[in-house]
Amino acid sequence: MKRLILAIWATLSVLLVVPALAQDQLPPAPLAYRQLDDPVLEAKAQRLMETLRCLKCQSQSIADSDAPMAGDMRHQVRSRIAAGEDPEAIRAWLIERYGDYVSYAPQNKPIMWPLFAAPLVILLLAAILLRGRFRRGPAKAERAE
Amino acid sequence: MTAETPRRAGLAMWLPLALFGAFLALVIWGLYRPANTEVASAFIGKPLPQFDLPAATDDRPGLSSAQMQTGKPRLLNVFASWCVPCAVEAPQLEALRRHGVEIDGVAIRDRKADLDRFLATYGNPFARIGRDDLSEVQVGIGSSGVPETFVIDGKGVIRYQHIGEIRAEDVPMILAKLKEAQS
Amino acid sequence: MIAEIGLAVLWMAAALAVLQLFAGFSALRPGGKALAGVVRPLAVMQGLLVALSFMALIDLFLETDLSVKLVAANSHSMKPFIFKLAGTWGNHEGSMLLWVTIMAVSGGVVALVEKRLREDTLIATLAGQAFVSLGFYAFLLLSSNPFERLPEPAPEGMGLNPLLQDVGLAFHPPTLYVGYVGLSVAFSFAIGALITRDVGPAFARAMRPWVLGAWIFLTIGITAGSYWAYYTLGWGGWWFWDPVENASLMPWLAATALLHSASVLASRNALRAWTVMLGVIAFSMSMVGTFLVRSGILTSVHAFAVDPERGSFILALLAIYIGGALVLFGVRANTVTEGERFSLVSREASLVFNNVMLCGILAIVLLGTLYPLMTEAFGAKVSVGPPYFNPVGAIFALPMMVMMAVGPLLRWRRDNPSRISATVAVPALASALALLAVVLLAPGINLLPMLGLAVGAGLALASWLPLRGRNLRRTPLSVWGMVVGHFGLAVALIGAASESAFSTERLAAMNVGDRQSVGPITLRLESIEPVAGPNWTALEATISASYKGGAPVTLHPQARTFSSPPGERTESALHTRWNGQLYAVLGNEGDDGRWQMRFWWKPFVPLLWLGGLLVAFGGLLALIGRVAQDVKRLRVNDKIAFRKARQEALK
Repeated sequence: MKRLILAIWATLSVLLVVPALAQDQLPPAPLAYRQLDDPVLEAKAQRLMETLRCLKCQSQSIADSDAPMAGDMRHQVRSRIAAGEDPEAIRAWLIERYGDYVSYAPQNKPIMWPLFAAPLVILLLAAILLRGRFRRGPAKAERAE
Repeated sequence: MTAETPRRAGLAMWLPLALFGAFLALVIWGLYRPANTEVASAFIGKPLPQFDLPAATDDRPGLSSAQMQTGKPRLLNVFASWCVPCAVEAPQLEALRRHGVEIDGVAIRDRKADLDRFLATYGNPFARIGRDDLSEVQVGIGSSGVPETFVIDGKGVIRYQHIGEIRAEDVPMILAKLKEAQS
Repeated sequence: MIAEIGLAVLWMAAALAVLQLFAGFSALRPGGKALAGVVRPLAVMQGLLVALSFMALIDLFLETDLSVKLVAANSHSMKPFIFKLAGTWGNHEGSMLLWVTIMAVSGGVVALVEKRLREDTLIATLAGQAFVSLGFYAFLLLSSNPFERLPEPAPEGMGLNPLLQDVGLAFHPPTLYVGYVGLSVAFSFAIGALITRDVGPAFARAMRPWVLGAWIFLTIGITAGSYWAYYTLGWGGWWFWDPVENASLMPWLAATALLHSASVLASRNALRAWTVMLGVIAFSMSMVGTFLVRSGILTSVHAFAVDPERGSFILALLAIYIGGALVLFGVRANTVTEGERFSLVSREASLVFNNVMLCGILAIVLLGTLYPLMTEAFGAKVSVGPPYFNPVGAIFALPMMVMMAVGPLLRWRRDNPSRISATVAVPALASALALLAVVLLAPGINLLPMLGLAVGAGLALASWLPLRGRNLRRTPLSVWGMVVGHFGLAVALIGAASESAFSTERLAAMNVGDRQSVGPITLRLESIEPVAGPNWTALEATISASYKGGAPVTLHPQARTFSSPPGERTESALHTRWNGQLYAVLGNEGDDGRWQMRFWWKPFVPLLWLGGLLVAFGGLLALIGRVAQDVKRLRVNDKIAFRKARQEALK
C-alpha cells in the first residue's frame, strides 16, 4: 500500500514537471522583448498590445504575458506598426483570424450593442426612479416643517 | 416606491428577482455547457495567406502557400517537437498518410536537432515541413496552439480546422472532411 | 486525534445552527416566546465551537500532519512557518471553514452585544444568520471535509502553488473573506428587519458597524490584491479587469453604497427599502464573487481553486439565499415606506446620487464580466476588457467624485446652493489649475487620466472642507473618518491617473556592466548570481539605479525556481521614492548571453495603494467613532434604566 502511494506520488510529480518541459527552447522573436526605436510608434504598439488577448493564456493581454505565442504576437504587432500599418488595421487583421475574442476592445457589432447601451439604460432607469422622488420631494419637506 | 403609487411600485419590487433569475439561468447554462476553452479559427472558408517558409529539416523541402494549391485536398499540420500531444497524434497522421493523404507540416518554434529526433522517434508522415520560428503562418491562419490540423482544398482554401491531437477515432472524420473538400 | 476533534466539533456547531434556526422561528410565532431566551446563547456557543474547529485545522497545518488529506495536498514540511499557517486557508476546504468560522463568530458577537434592536428583530436576524450558515456547514461536511484522513499518511506534502507562496497573498484572500462574510451579517440584519417589518434607524445603526467593518476588510483586501498582482505578475499592471478582480470589486461597490445609505437611514430615517435592498445585494455580490472564482465559469489569470462541482454547490446556496431574500423583499417591500423626504439640494440627495452612481458602476462591472458568457450562449466568443470598463466606469465614477466634493458640505434635508458656492469655488479652482497644468506640461496624454488628475486634485482639497469652521478636537471621529476616506480615494485616483499617463517602460537585453535608462533613472547591471531560499533557488540580478544622477540604490530582481511543487516565478524588485517607483524584472538569458531586463518608471504610483490604505483607515476611524458613540449611549441608557428601577423600588 505504502509503495502504491509512493508510486502515485512519483507519477504526480512527474506530471507536474511535464508542462514545464513542454515549452519550446527557441529564443523569443526579435521584437517580443525589444521596443521600437521610435517612442511614438512604440507607444502606439504598446496601446494596441494592451488590448489584444493572449490566446494561450488565461485572461491576459499579449502585453503582459511571457507565453511564447504572446511574444510572437508582440513581434507581429511591433513589426507591422514599424512598417507603418494602422493599429486598428492590425486589430482587424487579427479579428479576421481569431474572431472578436482576440480583442479586449468591444467591436461595433450588433451582438455588442446591448453592452454599449447599458450605461444609457442604467442612467435612464435611475432617472425614472428618482424623478418621482424629487418632484414631490420639496413640497413634502416643506409640509413636514 | 411611494405609498401613492402602490401598483407600479409593486412590480418594480420584483425587478431584482427577475434579474437574479436571468443571472441564474445564464450561469447554470454556463456551468453545464461543454467545456469550450478552444479558440476556433475565424479563417475557415478563406484562402491561405501568402507565405514561404524555409525547410525545417534536411530531407524535406520547405513550404509555401503556392505549393498547397495542387487541385487535391491535403492536410496542413501545425506541430512542434516540444509538444506532447503532437507525439500522441503521430500514428494517426501516419495512418492518414497510408490512406493516400498528403500532409504538410508547419513546425512552430523548433530547433532542427530536436525536430530530427522527434521525426526519427515518432515517424515522418510529412511531404514538406516549413519552419515557422515566429509563428507567422500559425497566426496567419488563426491557429492558437499545437497541434492543430487544417483541411486545405485543391484551390488552397481552408475548409476545416481540427484543434488538439487527432485520435484514432477522429481519422474517419478527417478522411470525410477531405472528401468533402474535394467537391 | 486533532482532526477527529475538529470534525466532531464542526458537526456539533452545525447541530447548534439547526437548533438556533428552529428556536428563532418558533420564538417569532405567537406563543413561542419561551424559546426566545435560548437563541442568543446558541449563537454564542456555535461561534465558540466553530472557532475551536478552525484552530484544530491550523494546528494540523502547523504540525504538517501528513495523514490529513488536505495538509498533504497543500502543505510541505519544508515550507516556512508563515506559509504553513497560510496554507490553512489557501485551499478550498480550509477557506470554506474560515468562511463559516467568521460567520458563526460574528453571529455570536451580534448575539452578545446587540441591544438596540427590537428583540424579535434580533432573533429573526440570528435565525437568518443560522439559516445562511447551515448551507455552508452542509457544503463543508458533505462535500469538502477539511479533516479527511488519508488511508496511509503521505511521505511528503505536495506543497503550495509557487505563485501563492508570497506573504502578500498569504493574507490577501482571508482579508477579502472577512469582508465577504461580514456582509452576511448585514444580510441577516436586512432579512430580520424585513421579517419583523422593523426597517428603521435602529436597524441601520445595528447594521452599520458590521458593514463598516466588512468594508474596511474589503478595501484592504482589494488594495493588497492589486499590489500583489502588480509585483508578482511581473508586467507592472495593477488592475486588469479580470473576472476574479471584478469579483472582489463588486461586493466593495455594493458595500460602499450600503454604508452611505445606512448612514442616511440611521440619521434621517430615509431610504428604507433602498437600504434593505442594498443589504441583500451586497451579500449576494459576495456570493456571486465566490461563485465566479470557484466555479471557473469564466477564465481568469487568478484561477487557483477551480472546480465546477463546487461551483454548483455555491450556486445552489446562492439561489436559495439570494432568491429567497429577493422573494421576501418583493412581498414585504410594499409595507416598507420610503420614510422621510428631502429636497433636490440636500445631503441626502447627494448621497442618493452617489448611491446610484456606485450601483451604476456595479451594474457595468457585473454586466461586462458576464457578457462574454452571454454572447457565448448566442454562439459568439468575445472579450470585454479595459477599453470598455475604463471609459464606461468613468462615466459614473467621475461625476460621483465631483459629488463627493460637494455632498458633505450640504445640510440634511434642504439646503441652498448659494450657501456653499463660495466654499466649493476653491477646489473647483484647484481642479481647473490641475487641468491647465496637465494640458500645458504634458500634452498628448489621454482624456481619462487627464480628467482623473483634475478631479483628483479638486477632491483631495475638497475632502478637507467639511472640517472648516469646526472645533477640530470636538469633531466626531466619524467625520474624521469620512474626511480621510474621501481624501484617500482622491489620492488613489491621482496615483492611478498618473500611472496611466506618465509611466515609461524600457525593455533591454543587457550584459553584466551594461547601462540603461528609464525615465529619469539610469541603471547598471552589476552582476547575476545564483541564490537559494528555503524551498526555491533563484538567479538574482544586482542592479544599481540612480535618480537623476543622485546616489545609487541597489535592486535585486530574481527569477525563482520552486522545487515543491515545481514551478517558476519572477520576483520583481521595487525601489520606491516619494515621487514614483522603479520596477525591475529579470527575464531569461538570450542566446547571445545577454539578459532580458524589463524596467518601468511609474511616477506617483505608490499613491494608488497609499490611497487605498487611507480609505480603509478612514473607515476604521468611522468605525471606532460609531462604536464609541454606541457604547456611550448604552451606558446612558443603562443608567436611566437603573434609576427607573430604583424609583420603582422606592415606590
